[in-house]
Amino acid sequence: MARAPDAALEQARADPVWPAAPRAFKIMGLALVAALAVFPFVFTGTFSHHVMIMIFLHAIMAQSWNVIAGMSGQISLGQALFFGLGAYASAFLYVKWGITPWLGLLVGMAISALVAAAIGIPTLRLRGHYFAIATLIIGISFQIVFQRWEWIGAASGIFMPIERETPWFSLQFHATKLPYYYLSFGLCAIAFFTVWLLQRSRLGMRLLAVRDEPEAAQSLGIDIAWHKVIAFMISGAMMAAAGTFFAQYVLVIDPDRVFSFEISVLALLMAVLGGAGTLWGPALGAAILIPLSEYSRIWFGGTGGAVDLLIYGVLILLICIYQPRGLLVLVTERLRRRGQRNE
Amino acid sequence: MSTDLLIQAIVSGLLMGLIYALVAVGLSLIFGLMEIVNFAHGEFLMLSMFFSFWFWALLGLDPLVSLPLVVAALAVIGVAVHYGIIRHILHAPMLAQICATFGLALAIRSGAQLFWTPDFRSITNPLSEGRIEISGIFIGQPQLIAGLVCLAAFIVLWLFVSRTETGLALQATAQDRDAAAIVGIPTDRMFALGWAIGLGCVAVAGAMLSSFLFVFPDVGVNFALLAFVAVALGGFGSIMGSLYAGIAIGLVESLGGVFISPSYKSLIVFSLYFAVVLFRPKGILGRY
Repeated sequence: MARAPDAALEQARADPVWPAAPRAFKIMGLALVAALAVFPFVFTGTFSHHVMIMIFLHAIMAQSWNVIAGMSGQISLGQALFFGLGAYASAFLYVKWGITPWLGLLVGMAISALVAAAIGIPTLRLRGHYFAIATLIIGISFQIVFQRWEWIGAASGIFMPIERETPWFSLQFHATKLPYYYLSFGLCAIAFFTVWLLQRSRLGMRLLAVRDEPEAAQSLGIDIAWHKVIAFMISGAMMAAAGTFFAQYVLVIDPDRVFSFEISVLALLMAVLGGAGTLWGPALGAAILIPLSEYSRIWFGGTGGAVDLLIYGVLILLICIYQPRGLLVLVTERLRRRGQRNE
Repeated sequence: MSTDLLIQAIVSGLLMGLIYALVAVGLSLIFGLMEIVNFAHGEFLMLSMFFSFWFWALLGLDPLVSLPLVVAALAVIGVAVHYGIIRHILHAPMLAQICATFGLALAIRSGAQLFWTPDFRSITNPLSEGRIEISGIFIGQPQLIAGLVCLAAFIVLWLFVSRTETGLALQATAQDRDAAAIVGIPTDRMFALGWAIGLGCVAVAGAMLSSFLFVFPDVGVNFALLAFVAVALGGFGSIMGSLYAGIAIGLVESLGGVFISPSYKSLIVFSLYFAVVLFRPKGILGRY
């Protein structure tokens, strides 16, 4: 009699929590990676490379928002803060002291994680709207401070001197976009792999519990606030990496650009559009929106700013009302139904 | 000299504070009723400033004269927002609630930018103009009238909520919407009324601001942030809390601008938010 629950427990332990992906998915995934790896040689146009780089970059940004909002349920409205910190950290270290942006990348990520902890520790123990308001306020405060801080260039920002001798030390490439393509591809892959690991880790499981059933999670002894803080630190570090890459890609940064409110909006929108809380949602959102905005910029010229944001706002609103789980759900639901039919 | 400056800063802070209080109370009322933070609050302030401006530019009506029209327009928009958007996300996860009003804010702000251009506009020769001097202290007449009108609107709101049957029904809905529904209060209509009143308050503040501030699409952002700080300080959902907090913020901003640095005055107010969050998260008078 006493053995029965044990056997059930053993059985439950043996079952994988995450069912192995179907073979078709694995093949599709490998094909996608291979296609992305040879893409720049098939489509050799510089503009197509630029669009792909922007997709990778924004997929990282959307994934960063996804870690804090999708996985732990706390909405950040100021992710641009970490983007700016990452951009400024590497650019500043390189211009002032000649330190390689590779090191700057790590410094930016560390600073962002610390700032995330400083914001998160007081606000994440309270109900969600305190955190959302705090991120909004701090995002704008950092922009105000960076616009007025003379030591780091105030409103005119930082210009990085052109350096052609040591491209991999100074991380700038002028003849071709190929290195940027593979760098952003690599960073994006690392970001997604990190989240894949996170979802399967104990921490990831606890985050899900904290998001969906906070009271139950707490009763099981999970420190809710602390888990959210850790998620926010990971999110901030990820965003900072995107910021460093952006700074190296454009080589001119200023507070209005890297602390821009639009960055926070885009990160949120792409994750929500694709599917908040899913691994691939942010990538889907970026892959849909970036080509739209890059090509509309060509068609409508540079005046698209307000139109872009107007469309983004309406899109966010519509998704929240009609399909808060995002577009990816439509695909996965369909696949699941087909799978059930086949069984 | 220094005492003059101090009194001057206190007076102008007090008058601005009354306007902040009225902006904040709309936000607080809506949150108290349905636990939704209206991230588009600043945009509604901007809209009402634009409405006042257009009434003046196209029909020659002074903001003081067109005030009832602007309030009515915003109240109608409030009801429309409730039935068009808020009703559908009332039971949605917080993610959808916050993102929805945030998306609405974005759409209104960039829509204003698109249709009305980002130009700075201003009303010239309003009815209330100039300044009055009381023993060395200067008070702008528009600011004085704005402060008084906002205070009057606040008193009317308070009397309505605490003395009328509808106001009591509103309070009951805020306390427990299920229990209110059981005793026969139409909670959905109460929510719509809450949005109408909330945006009506913002409209009064916006109409008053339009006679002495520039009108442009981003004008609401800073007011919304100050209102968030005020609502956190006063306590989410508390009406009187909003009044005290609005005045406190007006004073902190004005004194900080004079004695610390005018370009960092909003940062000084923002840091107040973190002080509240750290030491008294439910605010001075809050329930949460």
